[in-house]
Amino acid sequence: MNTTIMLFLIQDGITNGAIYALLGLALVLVFAVTRVILIPQGEFVTFGALSYAMLCTGTVPGTVWLALAMGAVAFVLDLFTARRALHLNRIGRSFALNLVFPAAIVAATYLLAGPKTPIAVNIVLALLTVAAIALYLYRLAFQPLAHTSVLVLLIASVGCHLALQGLGLVFFGAEGLRGPPISTAAFTVGTLRFTGQSIAVYAVTIAFIIALWLFFGTTLMGKALRATAVNRLGARLVGIRTTLSGQIAFLLASVIGAISGILIVPITTLYYDTGFLIGLKGFIAAIIGGLVSYPLTAVAALVVGCVEAFSSFYASNFKEVIVFTLIIPVLVLRSLAAPAVEEEGD
Amino acid sequence: MIDRWPLFVFAAVMAAIPLIPGMPPFWIVLLDNIGLAALVAMGLVLLTGVGGLTSFGQAAFCGFGAYTTALLSTAYGVSPWLALPASLIVSGVAAVILGLITVRLSGHYLPLGTIAWGIGLYYLFSKLEFIGRNDGISNIPPLSIGGFRMLDPHSIYFVIWTAVLISAVLTMNLLDSRTGRAIRALRRGHIAAEAFGVQTPRAKLLVFIYAAVLAGLSGWLYAHFQRAVTPTPFSAHAGIEYLFIAVVGGAGYVWGGVLGAGIVVILKEILQSYLPYIFGGMAQLETTVFGILLVLLLQLAPSGAWPLLMSWWPFRARRKHPDTALTLPGRVRSPTEPAVLLQIENARKVFGGVIAVNDVSFDVQTREIVALIGPNGAGKSTTFNLITGVLTTTGGAISFLGKHVDNAPPQEIVKVGIARTFQHVKLVPDMTVLENVAIGAHLRGSSGAISSMLRLDRADEARLLAEATRQIERVGLGDQIDQLAGSLSLGQQRIVEIARALCVDPVLLLLDEPAAGLRHMEKQRLAALLRQLRDGGMSVLLVEHDMGFVMDLADRVVVLDFGTKIAEGTPQAIKTNPDVIKAYLGAEA
Repeated sequence: MNTTIMLFLIQDGITNGAIYALLGLALVLVFAVTRVILIPQGEFVTFGALSYAMLCTGTVPGTVWLALAMGAVAFVLDLFTARRALHLNRIGRSFALNLVFPAAIVAATYLLAGPKTPIAVNIVLALLTVAAIALYLYRLAFQPLAHTSVLVLLIASVGCHLALQGLGLVFFGAEGLRGPPISTAAFTVGTLRFTGQSIAVYAVTIAFIIALWLFFGTTLMGKALRATAVNRLGARLVGIRTTLSGQIAFLLASVIGAISGILIVPITTLYYDTGFLIGLKGFIAAIIGGLVSYPLTAVAALVVGCVEAFSSFYASNFKEVIVFTLIIPVLVLRSLAAPAVEEEGD
Repeated sequence: MIDRWPLFVFAAVMAAIPLIPGMPPFWIVLLDNIGLAALVAMGLVLLTGVGGLTSFGQAAFCGFGAYTTALLSTAYGVSPWLALPASLIVSGVAAVILGLITVRLSGHYLPLGTIAWGIGLYYLFSKLEFIGRNDGISNIPPLSIGGFRMLDPHSIYFVIWTAVLISAVLTMNLLDSRTGRAIRALRRGHIAAEAFGVQTPRAKLLVFIYAAVLAGLSGWLYAHFQRAVTPTPFSAHAGIEYLFIAVVGGAGYVWGGVLGAGIVVILKEILQSYLPYIFGGMAQLETTVFGILLVLLLQLAPSGAWPLLMSWWPFRARRKHPDTALTLPGRVRSPTEPAVLLQIENARKVFGGVIAVNDVSFDVQTREIVALIGPNGAGKSTTFNLITGVLTTTGGAISFLGKHVDNAPPQEIVKVGIARTFQHVKLVPDMTVLENVAIGAHLRGSSGAISSMLRLDRADEARLLAEATRQIERVGLGDQIDQLAGSLSLGQQRIVEIARALCVDPVLLLLDEPAAGLRHMEKQRLAALLRQLRDGGMSVLLVEHDMGFVMDLADRVVVLDFGTKIAEGTPQAIKTNPDVIKAYLGAEA
């Protein structure tokens, strides 16, 4: 094998792997806190990426209206659940979060969007929009189901994925989009060419891993989230609001997803339905990491990325087959290493 | 046990539908599709709803079935009927291979693992040259009987729905049997099932194969119904759809699969035909509306539509009571009663740095009630788990009737005659008391899955249920026999566990806090029962915190504190033992 090709493939694999690592981290986070296997994670990726790409062409993406619409429904739902005890400050809070916040996003987008808007503004707008959607998604779909089994949550998650994917087609059309790179800088080391974009991918991934590690290890909120993950009832008894934990988990996941999308949309063309497959590869990494360990997930994601890069070079037809069967030896090892633990049924 | 007349009515209605004059062929196609989906969903009901193993990969098994028959009947000219067993075998063998890998995974690993190989297999179908890559295989011959070729949706309708009805009956028969109870116990964790001899990995593999074969059957029918196969219907998306068909219908109910298939197929059809009018050509919103409706449905009925429907059903199935005259052969016991039943020598269990059981030795003799007491965390339940094979010892030896049993799996321990109850009740709450107790007699029956499906197990089954009924009456729960175990009070559930343990026909009964949650009268009745068992030749080892109960009942008391045995003797001696008083009350009291 030619070393240049090998280095090139490894570089490609690491760039993709870094994205899978981000998504894998988000999936682990959401699962640990809410027991939801977040299939719509892929939609956060595409919504973030394609909203950003559309904003960069100066058009307002339909996602901002979706955020407002979902916020409105969430507000009505809040009013309905609190109908017996309508406290003014509670309604006020709900009003601010579910109506004022998305309305502000819509307004800001219409004010700021244009062909000359700086990239940073577009990124912030896209992130805010996706974050708002995720927040209301949790409120509308998952909060009422918080007490049910993992299976029911999983199916609801699939339902959300279908709903959002359909909307993605409406908002972005069937054509793929590309966005402008965050940085056009590039340099070469030996035979390898590093673009500013790929450096940004690495930097953001590492930053997120460290930030999540610090967040969960050192902050009170992070510890509260972990407590919720271990035992919802116990967490409630010591005064942790499990709803808040769920919201934060969804917020973090959506921001991570949207950032991943924004990072890759300058590298590859994304379509409204690309997110599903990207998200699933994040899953593979998360499963290999055992859905609990962040560093292991990150390493696994790099492996997935590299395997993908090499198999697309040597056996491009069977690329997906290879990537998705990669998990099987891991599962075998896991089941041999650890005898199945007793679970109290849900 | 189950009234069969609604089934016959349903079959008659389904048979009559295509004969209604003027029935639009489109509706028949829809019903064909419902039947095909129902077959897969029924397998998922058993696998996911009943067995607790979530699989997203069922569409891939449909693919194995469909591609096998497609290849055999086009490239090799094999008759579709001869290709049927091949289709079923290929899906079954694929299930064995994938199942051996995946069913050992617990919790969320399993569904995620199935997504992964579901997607992998889909890409494999679409890339392999000999099955036509993305174009698939076309010109598949239709099913035919004699000269009659089933070319139109009307004729294959009967084949599809016959398959659905037969599969439903077989599945229900399976669930209502010895094997079925073992499967139904899986979802609540494997420790309780294994304590009564259920080989849980085998039971899991069995349902996995069963579900795959049903999916393979659906795939075979699909291939000859569409007369062409492409990879798309076997993708991970389709696998996900089958799963939510099962969940929407009611994942715990065989008919939930059929109902769910009806709901989902019809809903999609309605959305496809009417949404364009509502949204003016924005046909893309179909999946969106479908997804939203799905989430709403789950929020309104998290356990599915079937139980909702059943709560309106005015007829209640009559329950036939087992004939208690039937008996099971008892355990073969040695003619001379050995003095020592259970011998524990220097048993040790270390968890990381914690020594939970520290070189504990004691024995249990024939016709003796021994109580194991000690403050919380003394290592009593851990000792139980060491004896029953749930945990492996770090050191020491445990022997029963002179044979070493330490580190034998729980299924072997129960065979030698040690039966147990659990500190945290481990019953299947949605099974009746009778069914729960009958799990205890699992090893005393012999019927397997196939004889249960074909109802050849009835004699064996009647004896098992008779034994279970006898034990339930013995512990005084005869009036609750048909109630769901989950609806009983915690104290009564403990008694149900004792009845279940008695079904083993044990030599030694291990009871973990049997009196907790019982009222005074119930405790007295329990003590009387245990004395009666002892006088009948059984030995009892029990962990209990109620000192009045223990001191009144036990012949001998063993006291543990921080994993170490601190005292052993008659209740009188223990009551005055200074070490015991210190352990319970702190300093010299």
